[in-house]
Amino acid sequence: MATILEIEDLSVHFPINIGTVCAVEGVDLQLEQGEVMGLVGESGCGKSTLGFSILRLLRPPGKIVGGQILYHGQDIVRMNEKEIISLRGNRIAMIFQDPLTSLNPLFRIDEQFIETILTHEQGLDKEEAFNRAEKMLENLGISPERLLEYPHQMSGGMRQRIMIGLGLILNPDLLIADEPTTSLDVIVEAQFLDLLNDLRRQYDLTILLITHNLGNVAQLADRITVMYGGTIAEIGPAEAIFQEPLHPYTQGLLSSIPNIKLDQPKLMTMPGSPPDLVNPPPGCVFHPRCSHTMDICRHEKPDVSKRDGHLVRCWLYR
Amino acid sequence: MGNLTRYVITRILLTIPMVFILLSIVFVVLRIMPGDPVSSMLGGHAPESVIEQKKEELGLNRPIAIQYLDYLWQICRLDLGESMVFKQRVTKAIIEKLPATIELTAFGMIITLFLGILMGAYAADKRRSAQDNLIRLYGIVIFCIPVYWLGLMLQLGFGVWLDILPIAGRTGPRVLASTFEKTGFYVLDTILAKDFFALGDVLIHLVLPSFTLGLVLSGIFVRLTRANMLDVLRADYIVAAEARGIQHRKIVYKYALKNAFIPILTMMGLQIALLMAGAILTETTFSWPGMGRLLLERIYLRDYPTLQGVIIVFALIVATVSLIVDIIYAIVDPRVRY
Repeated sequence: MATILEIEDLSVHFPINIGTVCAVEGVDLQLEQGEVMGLVGESGCGKSTLGFSILRLLRPPGKIVGGQILYHGQDIVRMNEKEIISLRGNRIAMIFQDPLTSLNPLFRIDEQFIETILTHEQGLDKEEAFNRAEKMLENLGISPERLLEYPHQMSGGMRQRIMIGLGLILNPDLLIADEPTTSLDVIVEAQFLDLLNDLRRQYDLTILLITHNLGNVAQLADRITVMYGGTIAEIGPAEAIFQEPLHPYTQGLLSSIPNIKLDQPKLMTMPGSPPDLVNPPPGCVFHPRCSHTMDICRHEKPDVSKRDGHLVRCWLYR
Repeated sequence: MGNLTRYVITRILLTIPMVFILLSIVFVVLRIMPGDPVSSMLGGHAPESVIEQKKEELGLNRPIAIQYLDYLWQICRLDLGESMVFKQRVTKAIIEKLPATIELTAFGMIITLFLGILMGAYAADKRRSAQDNLIRLYGIVIFCIPVYWLGLMLQLGFGVWLDILPIAGRTGPRVLASTFEKTGFYVLDTILAKDFFALGDVLIHLVLPSFTLGLVLSGIFVRLTRANMLDVLRADYIVAAEARGIQHRKIVYKYALKNAFIPILTMMGLQIALLMAGAILTETTFSWPGMGRLLLERIYLRDYPTLQGVIIVFALIVATVSLIVDIIYAIVDPRVRY
């Protein structure tokens, strides 16, 4: 399997008036061709920031301050504006949390498709672009007549399908899905995940699925990355992560999912709250909330330990 | 579109009470104001009997309630009456002057929108840069400048010192008045007559007055556009468009500006009244023979019927523009339903 995306030692900082938020700190991550990588973690752990950095879509004051992002060997961090724009939507697509606000309300669906297509394929005319959009809609299970409608005339699930259609219309090989089902109801969510699974095979997609919903990743992901406080806690095959989590944070995360089969009197919760990323705790960022804290955790950052395809950053596995 | 028709009809019907209320206020205010048409016509030294005779002639000696009802009845017959000072129908005076004012305000509005929207959008795109600060400063300063003072300064600068632009009137002496008999809109008339020398002359006379009017109001639109653009540029669909590789300039000036345009449109409807008020001052500064000058002249003469007529026309213009703005809404924003 070829590596499609290789993130090395990436750091993203947000200088604000009270200091610098180290949203992503020294992250290494590799995506293999054709896999679905689930990226999970709680709000504010830097997972969305990581997703936005891949397309260099960080809003100011956010900035990539170090490291590289290699897409098929080319470093995205050092690309000029023109090069990065030709990747966006064309080779790497991204879909967002809220399909209700991700489509421009004043333009018809077909206009948004045509604009996207013609931006990247100058040789095409409007009619060809329109036909392509029609095919895409059929493929997504939406009647092609709806191309002539405005976003507000569609339901949330349909708009999310349109979003993914806009993302895939140019046959990208990498899709970054930033919490794509957060604002959908459970039934629509399940349908959407099924669709994503179909499309993945059809388009031979590599997907980075960013979510805080472990159920989502369980359904789709081949591998899972767990992020905590701007760093990666653990990366491993999905099964291994669910059945044998190594990092205490992952263990805590999994045991705080309600399970209908277990006869728990009370749901497990993790003590403490997410770290302050302006003044992150010294040593391991998780140590203040960890139940296995050792002396070394308090003042030294843990290294990566490898255990058969399973990477973990924790002193327990030294 | 059946709903739209019903909406338009309702709005038109609603202007009737609006004009009625305005008219009543103007009627009362004019008569409370010191002075009256007779004394302004005859001067202070006319004999009592002459004054009385003149008052009777104009119907001013009748009880005010009777005069009021009489005037209302006249308006109901769509008759604005006759000037009390000159032998002239009010309608005729207004028709003569109205095109000049419409031409001036239209050009003023174009300049306001053009400058205001472009500068506002640019400032929002380059938020917190030196250009942004400069444009914001411009927005505040220009709005604080009184129209007449700005007019005088522009006259001084471009008319006197640089001597490149005319400072008064709608045309120069070398253009024949007969060119303008068709519509009274000089720009239109000269185009219709294919007289491009005259068109140039007319346009050059429009520059200073319309810039004076346009610059002052552009400040509001700079600030409004900037604020709305900042909101829109933060919206998810802008990031999503960027993630699809659409060029930044296109996103800002096509995608975002169209979205930010909706509140700007509202403002346009509201500002039209301010623009009319500005036109009165601008016309005075630039000896522009329009409704503003007419209004001012007739206030000196206490020419009640003409004043009332001019104010009705101003009110109708404001009402019409805001109606048009409401209709444009539905065109720009597909979500708007009436």
